[in-house]
Amino acid sequence: MDKRTIIPFGPQHPVLPEPIHLDLVMEDEVVVQAIPQIGYVHRGLEKLVEKKDFQQYTFVAERICGICSFMHGMGYCMSVESIMDVEIPERAKFLRTIWSELSRLHSHLLWLGLTADAFGFESLFMHSWRLREQVLDIFEQTTGGRVIFSVVDIGGVRKDISEDMLKKIAALMDTFEKEVKEITDVFLNDASVKSRLVGVGVLTKQQAHDLGAVGPMARASGIEEDMRTQGYAAYGKINFKPIVAQSGDSYARTEVRIGEIFQSMDIIKQCIAIMPEGEIKVKIKGFPNGEYFTRLEQPRGEVIYYVKANGSKFLDRVRVRTPTFANIPALLETLKGCALADVPILILTIDPCISCTER
Amino acid sequence: MSILSITKTLFKSLLHGPYTEKYPYEKKVNFENTRGKIEINMPECIYCGMCERRCPTGAIKVEKELSKWSIQRLQCVQCSYCVEVCPKKCLTMDNQYTAPSFDKARDEYTNA
Repeated sequence: MDKRTIIPFGPQHPVLPEPIHLDLVMEDEVVVQAIPQIGYVHRGLEKLVEKKDFQQYTFVAERICGICSFMHGMGYCMSVESIMDVEIPERAKFLRTIWSELSRLHSHLLWLGLTADAFGFESLFMHSWRLREQVLDIFEQTTGGRVIFSVVDIGGVRKDISEDMLKKIAALMDTFEKEVKEITDVFLNDASVKSRLVGVGVLTKQQAHDLGAVGPMARASGIEEDMRTQGYAAYGKINFKPIVAQSGDSYARTEVRIGEIFQSMDIIKQCIAIMPEGEIKVKIKGFPNGEYFTRLEQPRGEVIYYVKANGSKFLDRVRVRTPTFANIPALLETLKGCALADVPILILTIDPCISCTER
Repeated sequence: MSILSITKTLFKSLLHGPYTEKYPYEKKVNFENTRGKIEINMPECIYCGMCERRCPTGAIKVEKELSKWSIQRLQCVQCSYCVEVCPKKCLTMDNQYTAPSFDKARDEYTNA
């Protein structure tokens, strides 16, 4: 048997967006096993429900993560609204859908930039993030913030988007599509990119099902599952189908995420075309009592929110099961048998959002 | 399979020039909806304390006996919850960012 060494892939690494520690057990440049350790950004946000009342906690729930911040706030508000039996207006549902899809757009463009950085293609990284700036400008004009919006509330949304702004967004999606297509063609066709992505980190359909992979990681291995087909918010009225690939390697996951970028632009245009008039918020009275589970589709996969209330203004328990947490066993399986130089690509291929994983 | 497929984008960006603005030398114009610092119209304030109770971070302090309203600028997260709940509508949100500061001092406004 060859001699085994352990190389620590530390919490600080130039390619990681957030700190995670992996001990890589190696036999001569081939990884045999990986042992993870998390806990570097634990902030105790679930315990904070005992100190902030259920309406103030919306602002805390948004700050669980910077990239998927809108959907965390939305998931929490949807759970509390279901416990209190509050029906929000139609226009609020469509506004929430538009902001969710814009969040998905900016998150996938950020991921494309980080992947290009991981295999050294820095100019592609900068161009992807340059395109993402246009989406952040839309956020700032409609909600007031680029990353944390503070626009979702129990009972609806707090700000409206005017007709002019909606027309501007729809027109921007058309020009944006051409610019994004130039960059994504490089990801899908360039020989140097393909040599780093094709055949790296294969996850078969049976393995993805047994390990419980979610999101684009599972859809790239052939499992057709997307929480948006359940019809929450305004998704019941929109036409779309989940994007699935079959080969299960890193190239397939890139294809799935690029497909979702163009699908998001299409969903936003459909929403703007059929948006109804009306109010954006209903007033709520009283305190919640009961418990509820909500499942949403974040850019990284399926997120589950569990809220338990006992009739006073402080909630009993909030529990968030984030998609990155569900994808870590799949990550450890793909790391077996890969070369040391492929480890950064494989970690980025699950789209790790460690601050969601340890709240 | 192609090589150097990014050439077209690179060429376009060479002709376009820089996409970034030279921020401290050129002034940044904020959008009108940008979340900035909280301003108070002090003569209207009735010291009810609703803003203090609703603030998620505890940045606002209202003292009725001293007729004083104070806010800790570093603690405020610009959520504008206080602006929504004020019964006299004396709080507004400006679209300029808070000035940088070194310590946790409070900004105080009194009617005394």
